Parts: sequence; structure tokens; C-alpha cells
Amino acid sequence: MIRTQVLICGGTGCTSSGSVAIGEALEEQIVLKGLQEEVKVVHTGCFGLCALGPVMIVYPEGTFYSMVKVEDVPEIVEEHLLKGRVVDRLVYKEHEGQELHEVPSLGETGFYKTQKRVALRNCGLINPEQIDEYIAMDGYEALGKVLTTMTPEDVIQVMKDSGLRGRGGGGFPTGMKWDFAARNKVPQKYVVCNADEGDPGAFMDRSVLEGDPHAVLEAMAIAGYAIGANKGYIYVRAEYPIAVKRLNIAINQAREYGLLGKNIFDTGFDFDIETRLGAGAFVCGEETALLTSIEGNRGEPKAKPPFPANKGLFGEPTIINNVETLANIPQIILKGAEWFSSMGTERSKGTKVFALGGKIVNTGLVEIPLGTTLREIIYDIGGGIPGGKEFKAVQTGGPSGGCIPACHLDTPIDYDNLIAIGSMMGSGGMIVTDETTCMVDFARFFLDFTVDESCGKCTPCRIGTRRLLEMLDKITSGQATLEDLDKMEELCYYIKANALCALGQTAPNPVLSTLRYFRNEYEAHVVEKRCPAGVCKKLLQYKIIEDKCKGCTLCARKCPVNAISGTVKQPHVIDQTKCIKCGACMENCKFGAIEKK
Amino acid sequence: MKSLKELQEIRDRMKNKVSLREGTNEIRIVVGMATCGIAAGARPVLNAFVEQVNELGLSDTVTVTQTGCIGMCRNEPIVEVFQGDKERVTYVKMTAQKAERVVREHIKGGKPVVEYTIGAMEN
Repeated sequence: MIRTQVLICGGTGCTSSGSVAIGEALEEQIVLKGLQEEVKVVHTGCFGLCALGPVMIVYPEGTFYSMVKVEDVPEIVEEHLLKGRVVDRLVYKEHEGQELHEVPSLGETGFYKTQKRVALRNCGLINPEQIDEYIAMDGYEALGKVLTTMTPEDVIQVMKDSGLRGRGGGGFPTGMKWDFAARNKVPQKYVVCNADEGDPGAFMDRSVLEGDPHAVLEAMAIAGYAIGANKGYIYVRAEYPIAVKRLNIAINQAREYGLLGKNIFDTGFDFDIETRLGAGAFVCGEETALLTSIEGNRGEPKAKPPFPANKGLFGEPTIINNVETLANIPQIILKGAEWFSSMGTERSKGTKVFALGGKIVNTGLVEIPLGTTLREIIYDIGGGIPGGKEFKAVQTGGPSGGCIPACHLDTPIDYDNLIAIGSMMGSGGMIVTDETTCMVDFARFFLDFTVDESCGKCTPCRIGTRRLLEMLDKITSGQATLEDLDKMEELCYYIKANALCALGQTAPNPVLSTLRYFRNEYEAHVVEKRCPAGVCKKLLQYKIIEDKCKGCTLCARKCPVNAISGTVKQPHVIDQTKCIKCGACMENCKFGAIEKK
Repeated sequence: MKSLKELQEIRDRMKNKVSLREGTNEIRIVVGMATCGIAAGARPVLNAFVEQVNELGLSDTVTVTQTGCIGMCRNEPIVEVFQGDKERVTYVKMTAQKAERVVREHIKGGKPVVEYTIGAMEN
């Protein structure tokens, strides 16, 4: 009889920090100690605290171990699993020196306390490769309820009443989308799941697919019933190998159980799902480009209308829902629209998953009710900025979004508020920057991305974003004039107004929002030829402060391009024509004799 | 699978296997599993508790867990039962058979098995 279960994270983050080897070592040690009848190892999806990986949790005690190494495994098995003594040094503590008895249960830690897990509810709790574990968590019950007790109209009404809006970025009401497709009375329709998560820094869809793939399948079948479709496609990036593997396992298990396929629950309803792998083009996350790609063509967007709900995949009515959107749906069906709409704000209901990254202590995935403030997410849940640095801005919405400065930290997050302050929800990536980030360089990073990813079909995006990037290069190299800033702004508005798809229309957002909130940084680059954060290399100079230099020669030895010269015990000098501004001299100087301006 | 009933059967069968992860704490049965406890036979006792709790369908409210040395090694295996505000009950010199009776009469029935408790033994 199993008395203890060890849940070990098998998400991409922990897998890359070695959780597979730890799982194997655990199994081995458990057999060695003869505990295989008493202790079970369960590989789950993402727990959310990726910064601390590999993580594991031991039930029933609920002990949370972080940053576990293979070498730690024998101690965990011998001490904890056999003798019941928690391995103090590996227990996740919120701050240094916290005593074991002071460590709160996982649900009470700052990171998890204010989270509300709906889309992520099973991530880190069940083994995603076992359909039975999903069923134990009320899985497929929503599908059963829909097929046996509700009409398609009822389902759509529940979705409308819940107020669920698309979690992929646009925020379009899901119930309305379904309704449009349902009104088209044709024999062939499609349900498509958009799992082509492409925003740099966003990984919530991956985590749902890896941690709870059946929730997505169940929701797609529910959507199929609601709109009258019997075929679904999941368009998922090939760069997500673990997600693809678990999806395929899940699809096969659901087919074996008859939860996909013909005559589901003996109701005469047929529904089946196939996966299609994307080749990693950002534009294929745009719905019309995604459909074109499934059809076997080059992934390029089309003008809307016609909207996919009327004329989509292979010319038939199609609904496209994002992974996170779908993951909410079985819960809404089971618990009701009112339950869901009781969370969130007036026009943005429910919860949203955010991927916290950048200059923040708790890098990871968090799910919070909409209406939570940025400050709560960054400081209470995210643990603030590491190294005592000062917060500068948070970027939301990826390459389509914008930067939000400190003065807006108390804004409750929802779709409309974010747009009002010049950003957008996007898929929920949240990149935190601190005083050492140059906002011009930051905007340039995103522009570099969109220029790379522009599909080239329309001119404003193909050429416009390229020109925009060149202007940013001019600024970061100190060659721009104030006139260039105005020209750049004008170009931004031109691209926004004229690009074909949402990717192009939103591409200038990172530039516009940094111009709006950090114009002073742009002006410092242009007028003073100076980068205030000390990032833009062309505007930087490393100098040796004569008085402080002891002539130890360390910097000269560390310099990769031999730009530093001088004799022993005499102040050294940097040859600015040779210097590549790598900063190696400054990092290595023991006397603080090198400055960066 | 052709009916909701079959789905529910799988769910009920699996529920026990995942309920461990929900950390219910209404009643906690803690078995001393230090070297002394293990040497005195604490493992079969622990397993008997786990099995009996599941068999009687109590796993929704009862957590069976281990701890290190409780401090009275001569009385091992020692088992303590914690329940809300009630005073803890300490059982000593436990065996698998005694464990079954404790689950039946104390955990399910609500009446501690006085003759196995430390008070009875020490007197």
C-alpha cells in the first residue's frame, strides 16, 4: 500500500535542470531501501517555481524540496522516506535562516498564497501521462455533463455568462466566438487549439500542455459539441518536444477510453483530434496564418473579414482557442458561469496565468485573479528585484506589448487597463527590468525579434519594422538627432495603421511605450550621447582612475584584446580604439579603479 | 467507455490514490520512524495504518505520516494521533494488529484504545 508519494516536476524547466536523472535516482534508492511497495514517484507538470528547479514535493507531509541534486537523493530517501526526518537543508525557505518549524506549507508561501489556480489546477499535481489521474480530479466529467444534460445552445450560453475572454492575447469573448461558428449551419466545422506560443518569455501554454493535456482535449470536445464540429487540430510548436509527446500520449489514451472518437458516452457525438507541428514561425500564432499553415501552405496571414468563425480551415467555419483559454473551460462547465465570473474585474473575468521573468527573484508561472495589481505580482508573489536594485519597468504582452513604469504599479491588471496604459495582456509574458536595463536597448531587442519574424507579406511590416530597427540602432550608437525621434514616432503610427495582421500592427508598441514613459532615456542617447543605464556599448567608455590604480596589471592580463597597457606599479591606460567594452577589466579590478561612463 | 457510470467508477477507484496529495489534516496519525522505531518494527505498523485507513475509507480526513525519534525508545514503536484541539493520544509498543484496532475503534469509532496508550503502559 502506498503511504508516501513523491511528486517530481517534469516540466521543461526542471527537466533541463536535471529532474529526469533525479527521478531515476529516486526510483533506484527506493528499491535499494525496499520501499517500492510504500513509496511512489509521480512525474508531474510544472509547479510554477521554475527558478528553484528541480523541485519535488513529498506527500502527505507536503514537504517542498527545491534545487535538488542527484547527490541529495540517497539522503532524502534514507532520512525522509524511510525515517521520517525532513531534510532541512533542502526545504524551500522564503528567506535565509528560516527555521524548519517556521516554514509555511507550500500553499501559504508568498509565492502561492495569493495565487488562484484554475487553468493550472492540475499542473504539478497529477501525472499528465496517466488519464486515470486526470479522471480522479473530475476529468472528463464536464464533457459527460455537456453531452448528456446540455444542448449546444446551453453550452454557449454558459460560456457567454462566464465572461471568459481569449487568453492568447486578443481577449475576444470566447462564448461569442463559439456562437458565430455555431450559427453557420454547414456539415463540416473545425475546432483548432492554438498552441503556437511564440512570445519571448511566455511559457504558460507549454506548461498546461505538459502538465494537464487532457484538460485541453476535453475542452476541445466540449467546443466541438457546442459549435457542431467533429474534428479538432492542435497546432503546437515543434520546439516543445515534451508537450508534443504528452499530447500524443493523452490523445491515444482518450481514444482508448472512448472519450475521443465515435459515439462518445453513447450519445452519438463523434469527435477526434490530431496534432500539427509548427516550425517555429512567430507569425503562425496569428490565427489566419496558423490555419494556412495547417492547410499545408506557407504560414502567412490573410485579411479579415472573413473571420475564421465563418470561413476558416479549408474554407469551413472554425473556432480557434488558445491553450490557456481551453484549460479553463471544463471547470466553468462543472462549477458554473457564476463561479467563474465571481473572479476578476467588471470586464475581465476569471484568472490569468503570467510567466514571470527578467530581473525578478521568483522566475516562474503564476496564476492570479484578474484585477490583482502589478505590485502584488512583482513584489508579493515574485519576491521583488534581486540584489536590492531598483525596479524600472515591467514589459507585458511580449513583442506586441509595452513597458509599464513604476507609477502604474498599482494598476489592477485586466485587458482594458493594460491597453489604457499603453501595453496589452498578450499571452501573459511579464518581463521585469531594473535600473541596469536601458529602455532603448530593450525596445530594440523586441524590434529585432519582430524584424526577424516578419513574414514579409505586407510592406508596412516588412520594410517599416526594418527602418524602425535602423533608427533604434542610430540612437543606441549616438548618431541620432531629435528630429529622428519624431520621425520614428511617426513611422510607428504608420505601421500600426497599415500592417496586414496583428503582428505588424502591434510591432511598434515596445517603441511607442518606451518613448511615452522613458523619453528622457532616448533624449540622453540623442542629446548627451550617453546611455544612462550603461548598456549601449557604443556610448560607453571604460576608464582607469589614475589615483586608484595600483598598477597590479591584472586588468591588462584579463583584457581579451590587449587594449590595456602600463608598467608594474604605475597607473595603466585603456586604448579606446582597441577597447571592445566587454567589461572584463572592471569585473576583475580589486581596487575599484575602473569606471564606466 | 460508454457511460458516465464507467467514468465515475474510474474516478472513485483513483480518488484514493491521489487524495494523499490534498493534505487533509483533520486527523494525523504520526508513526515514530527513527532507527529505534524501525528496529522495533515501526514499518509494518506504519503500513498497517495506511492500509487500514484506506480500507475503512477514511483517507479523505486522515493523514498517516512519519516522524523521527519521539524520545522514549524503549516504548517503540510509538504512534501519536492528533485531532484538532483534542489532546494528543500516544500509543506505545505498537504492532500491526494493534494498529488495525486503533483505526477501527479510535479513528473511525472515536474512542481511543486506552489499554495501548502510554498512560496504561506506564502504570
